[in-house]
Amino acid sequence: MKFSPDQFILVDWGWGRLNATIVATWFEMALLVVVCWLVTRKLSSQATISRWQNLLEVVVSGIADHIRDITRQKPEPFLPFVGTLFIFILTSNILSVVPYYQPPTASLSTTSALALCVFVAVPVFGLSTRSLGSYLHEYFKPTVFMLPFNILGEITRTFALAVRLYGNLMSGTVISFVLLLIMPLIFPVVMNALGLLTGAIQAYIFALLAMVYIASALKHEEKKVIDNEPKK
Amino acid sequence: METVQLIGMISVLAAGLCIAIGSIGSAIGEGMAAAAALNALAQQPDQGGAITRTLFVSMAMIESTAIYAFVVSMILIFANPFWEYAITHAAGN
Repeated sequence: MKFSPDQFILVDWGWGRLNATIVATWFEMALLVVVCWLVTRKLSSQATISRWQNLLEVVVSGIADHIRDITRQKPEPFLPFVGTLFIFILTSNILSVVPYYQPPTASLSTTSALALCVFVAVPVFGLSTRSLGSYLHEYFKPTVFMLPFNILGEITRTFALAVRLYGNLMSGTVISFVLLLIMPLIFPVVMNALGLLTGAIQAYIFALLAMVYIASALKHEEKKVIDNEPKK
Repeated sequence: METVQLIGMISVLAAGLCIAIGSIGSAIGEGMAAAAALNALAQQPDQGGAITRTLFVSMAMIESTAIYAFVVSMILIFANPFWEYAITHAAGN
């Protein structure tokens, strides 16, 4: 049984293989780029805008609002990274209902790559707002003895990020496979519809967790201001 | 030959036990988190956005243990390294 798109080898040259994950990832990136290019080619600031521009505005402003709520800072520095993660994973998960399309996020290599991006992005965004010393001091926060646990937490949360997305997507594939063997009439369709919901929620959770991790590495000045606010 | 059968038997048994026992804790935890979030929503409907967002994050955290159990049981069934080793060993003899 093939339950990972890595196992669908389309071309084998001997020195390298072209599997379904790579093809699906590039197809999806091309799709997103072409659609966004076509839409943003003729943007208008008039009262009437095209429906595609409306869609993109809703998506971008929705993501920006969420980022503002979480970090309580201007969303612009984080919008490209977190928005790209969200839209890429969401498109991949939703396209999984298309026949013969293997969602690249159902492969552990794709999700590990995305989680490693978050792993690298956390110190990069953190160091853009604070000095190296104060960033490293976070690791000694409660006491010095917590240093190994803080480092371990950094690694395990990256691992959990990758395995969570992979496990959810892969379980959808496995469940439809098993149901196809047991009762192939209607239930696989229902489980696929449930997979759409799970995929959308997982895309949201991945982007949300990435944002929370980045926000935890930022400077905490804004938080103090909010703490001093009078309680309602 | 007997070793192969033993490995297969124990792998299937272990996979079933793994997902069964592993999912209990996270199911109870998710239920408690959802109940607490519903209580909070009933008391403060204005804070709905923040509560729902926090609920999603905590659900994802709680759920990850069940996902680990699922991945381990999938490995035991479909990509068991001991099984592969025994198969190749048996073929070599």
